[in-house]
Amino acid sequence: MTRNEAISQMLTAMADDALIQGHRNSEWTGLGPIMEEDIAFSSMAQDKIGHAWALYRILHENLGGTEPDRFAFLRGEKDYRCCHLVEMPNGEYDFSLVRHFLFDHAEAVRWEHLQQSTFEPLALTARKLKGEIKYHTLHANAWITQLCRAGEESYARMQSALNVCFPLALGIFEPSPEAETLLVNEKIYAGEATLKEQWLDRTYNILSVAGLNLPSEGSVTPAYGGRKGYHTEYLQPLLDEMGYVFRLDPEAVW
Amino acid sequence: MDNQSLDPRVKRLKLNTGGEPVTVHEGENWNVFEVFHQEKRGAHHEHVGCVHAPNAQLALVFAKEQFARRKKCVNLWVVRSADILSFDTEDEDMFANNLDKTYRDASGFKVMEKINKFKKSTHDKE
Repeated sequence: MTRNEAISQMLTAMADDALIQGHRNSEWTGLGPIMEEDIAFSSMAQDKIGHAWALYRILHENLGGTEPDRFAFLRGEKDYRCCHLVEMPNGEYDFSLVRHFLFDHAEAVRWEHLQQSTFEPLALTARKLKGEIKYHTLHANAWITQLCRAGEESYARMQSALNVCFPLALGIFEPSPEAETLLVNEKIYAGEATLKEQWLDRTYNILSVAGLNLPSEGSVTPAYGGRKGYHTEYLQPLLDEMGYVFRLDPEAVW
Repeated sequence: MDNQSLDPRVKRLKLNTGGEPVTVHEGENWNVFEVFHQEKRGAHHEHVGCVHAPNAQLALVFAKEQFARRKKCVNLWVVRSADILSFDTEDEDMFANNLDKTYRDASGFKVMEKINKFKKSTHDKE
């Protein structure tokens, strides 16, 4: 594996996570619990798709990859590298909020490290996205703290959503030893294990204030497979819907 | 919500904490918060609208996407609408004669004229 292949592998995983998470969150548009939250959540979903686009552009412009729209919409399911967490259907708002909390803190930790990346296009993007990601975690923290203390039902729902999301969220940090060793040696990023430790610390700090119990890592099976192209049954229907208009005429100019 | 601010009149939201939650009881409504937008540092905060939220912290979180996702913005204020005191609309007549008193209007003074006249007179004496 070459340096550029390893970078491409990492960027594809990050971009696919952002694209699929953005699409899932955008499914709440018009259905959010109140208008203000609907607007905020939709706006952040749009940010996520923007993050995916920024990464697909780096793949295209710096690493010889396919043009971003075609890469985002025309790949087969097995060629996506997103984790299972982002593929899961929305269900109730508690699930979406806890997923948003766990996912966005993972993104925040990753992008913070990437500000020092020796791969310059990524370091530049990391600095550009900093403020947006800060708002996403602020939004998530505010809701988690609020809903965990809003009565028994609310607390129970948040805890059960956390129990469901946690093993899925560990899948964000699925190791890819060969590429990771190369990227860590080249100081392109810090490696999944390091990011995961920091993510656990950070989420724990908020969750403990909220009175929620983060399940212990040893007690659950992480949802791995996404980084190798093995997905849940929910990804294909999402891809069918997301790419429907694009596939009608991939040559159309917008 | 912390108040360790350089400007003690303004409470500033700390991003690393979730803030204190509020309990909304059965039959109780969320609050309306007025939102003030600041375009650049040092500029006045201008009223831009309102948001509906359970507490000030979430009001600020909502206001950011509601009122600060397009125009240039460096900061926002939120104030609970119920904390604003206003005159009764019936008492509008208190202001009725303002338009007649143009001598109170700062832009009405022709000060520069007088200053120039004074400068000219002192200059002439020298």
